[in-house]
Amino acid sequence: MFQLAKSIDEVIEPIRDGCLLVVPREVSGVPMGATRALIRRGVKRLQLVALPTSSLQADLLIGAGCVETLETSAVSLGEFGPAPRFTAAVVSGSIKMKDATCPALHAALQASEKGVPFMPLRGLVGSDVLKYRDDWKVIESPFASGDPIVLLPAIKPDVALIHAPMADRLGNVWIGRQRELATMAHAAHKTIATVEKIHDGNLLDDPTLAAGTLPGFYVETIAIDERGAWPLGLPDFYPADSDHLAEYARMAATMEGFADYLERYVYERRAA
Amino acid sequence: MNAAPRERTFRDEELFADVIARLIGDVRHIAVGNASPIPATAALIVRERGRLQNLGRPYVSLLQSRKHNFFTDGARELFDCAGQGRIDVFFLSGGQIDGQGNVNLVSTGDYEHPKVRFPGSFGSAYLYYVVPKVILFRTEHSRRTLVPKVEFISAPGTSETNVYRPGGPIALVTNRCLFNFVNGHFVLASVHPGHTVEEIIENTGFDFEVPTIVPQTQAPSPETLKLMRDVVAPQLAEVYPQFAAQVFGVGQTAFAR
Repeated sequence: MFQLAKSIDEVIEPIRDGCLLVVPREVSGVPMGATRALIRRGVKRLQLVALPTSSLQADLLIGAGCVETLETSAVSLGEFGPAPRFTAAVVSGSIKMKDATCPALHAALQASEKGVPFMPLRGLVGSDVLKYRDDWKVIESPFASGDPIVLLPAIKPDVALIHAPMADRLGNVWIGRQRELATMAHAAHKTIATVEKIHDGNLLDDPTLAAGTLPGFYVETIAIDERGAWPLGLPDFYPADSDHLAEYARMAATMEGFADYLERYVYERRAA
Repeated sequence: MNAAPRERTFRDEELFADVIARLIGDVRHIAVGNASPIPATAALIVRERGRLQNLGRPYVSLLQSRKHNFFTDGARELFDCAGQGRIDVFFLSGGQIDGQGNVNLVSTGDYEHPKVRFPGSFGSAYLYYVVPKVILFRTEHSRRTLVPKVEFISAPGTSETNVYRPGGPIALVTNRCLFNFVNGHFVLASVHPGHTVEEIIENTGFDFEVPTIVPQTQAPSPETLKLMRDVVAPQLAEVYPQFAAQVFGVGQTAFAR
């Protein structure tokens, strides 16, 4: 019988040091509460994959010293400017960067979803993104002559970490239209979800909910974390907290300001 | 960008969006990526015009938006759509753009030890190849941004003939002018009001073609300005609250106070 985790600290337990962890883009349901808990616990050497981009989540984890390698297509705070800790870490060489392009990450996770070793993708030929990726290969398409195409090895994460609007007590998680969360879960060994609330009954019993549901079959553990995406938004439920993101951008511009931010908003638990 | 001179009835951003709206033309599907408020404004203008004429097109997909986005199969659907040729127009910018249309969204200096790091390539290393009309935009037209040769090629302007390449750049719009991209290089197409050809040559790091006669960029019409301010601006606020507040005075955010 599926058991809900009793706390955020318990739900993140499977994320060990050195874990290949996949997290979603900034508008798909980012588990920020769980991210703060990971930083408090002092997770190290994460091999972080952000599908396909990230904002505050990657910047916080990098600034707090939790990340060894980052594979993604971009990290920025959007309208609030560059992601300061990401930028500083790449310039100083304190993280190893694996620059990708958005569809390459989707495709590499889809390869794992299908259980195949690689996926082909258009584009990329002649770019420096390809040039610096020793793990990507160019072949001639076996189905046409003189047609070079890039092959991307499957990405098989240890853990996918997501935040969603609701789950039931059977472990089914309702993700709605954020289907990349399903791709992440299908590809990963384990999926951890935080959710806004518990749905009474079985999400798969209602056809209108079932189509947007990630079956509990894929889900390792779930914890309730109301407003768990804060200060990012949860689409259809609540918007991003612009004032807070602006404050983060200001504070994280320096290492001292970032340390103050961690002290105030991460190590000190925010009053619910 | 600075505020427009007093005698003008439009802001620089409004001219910029109008130029892009004209470049978009009559198409079925316009997609707009991250950090692209001016292209988003242009795409929504074109959609509103289509609605006024009951054309049933174009569809507009704003990547970061919940409301202006019809995808139901996750973020990959946009790229799958593009790979099949189902996206007609996309927009790219760059920390650096060079005269061959190469864009750099990654870094300057040595890649392993960068001097300046930008956010990253986003979808450029794919979409630039497969979307037929890619419109380049850069709000800072300077020798720092428009360079002889980019220091990292996120996506190349052109490809060898054997590379699958139905897409690529058609134009570059800046705060000073419009360039068309023709046969692998830029041609000055029009100069925005208040700017000169000499000033553009002075502030551009790459070589480009200057025709004998270079017209002034057409100002946005009163109808377009009204559409932009009354109908489009409120829709922008969902994805670009800061931009919508600063340019159009929409909404109350931390930045509007």
